[in-house]
Amino acid sequence: MTALDDGALIAALRARDEDVFCDLVARWSGAMLRIARAHVMTRAAAEDVVQEAWLTVLKSLDRFEHRSAFRTWVLGIVINVARARARDERKSLRLDEDVQGGSVDPSRFLPAEHPRWPHHWATEPAKWRTPEQDLLDDETRAVIAAAIDALPAAQREVLVLRDVEGLSSSDVCNIARITDTNQRVLLHRARSRVRAALERYLAAAEAV
Amino acid sequence: MIGENLAEMPCNELVELVTEYLEDRLSPQDRARFEAHLSACEACRTYLEQFRQTVRVLGRLPEDSLSPQARETLLRAFRDWPRH
Repeated sequence: MTALDDGALIAALRARDEDVFCDLVARWSGAMLRIARAHVMTRAAAEDVVQEAWLTVLKSLDRFEHRSAFRTWVLGIVINVARARARDERKSLRLDEDVQGGSVDPSRFLPAEHPRWPHHWATEPAKWRTPEQDLLDDETRAVIAAAIDALPAAQREVLVLRDVEGLSSSDVCNIARITDTNQRVLLHRARSRVRAALERYLAAAEAV
Repeated sequence: MIGENLAEMPCNELVELVTEYLEDRLSPQDRARFEAHLSACEACRTYLEQFRQTVRVLGRLPEDSLSPQARETLLRAFRDWPRH
């Protein structure tokens, strides 16, 4: 079933092929839920967004023009539904929010007037001793999830699309309707914050 | 020599350019300054590696899935989807 190309998938949906629909729901809803969670607060609200997005996909199927992959188009619909829901909840998305300031706490660096090493690390990042595969244990995953949840919505959206779901930067710019520069600024800020959260957690965990 | 490499791009500037570096969006001059700094600064090499690790871990988070009730609701909606 995964071998169906976009044209065949859409033809199958139009032909009311339930197996194809259920398979798509199973395979794509995980990504859709994560994108929804970028905008709405609760798991239940995210499930609502995903359901509404699927219904919108069915209703709009005739408008799909193959300018992107079908999956990318579906994820774009999730973004629209989730953003609309967030607006209803008066938590509207500001794409320029919170991109001021540094990626790293400025107190980690020496001052400009330092005689020898201005702007260099005052407190260097400590090497992580935890092996990378252990960064996916339950506790560390919870730290990462909390760090993602704490991001401003625009950063969370880009981080989820790019790093968690692996979309290309051009697909992200298209479906989130942001410029390439804005996309990179948001992505960089978001990654920096997740790294900082991991650093804080590992510093405490590795000190034990 | 090492001091010059570091002074051309201080650490607090480098940390702002990591994503552009990883996405290959730096100008050739900035890329050269970035890499010259890295070659001389272990702290920034550590920072870059942690940044890369963070991105890799984000890409390996487990999939979420829709609740059985939500799937059932969707399947019913699909069956009721009007033909046009």
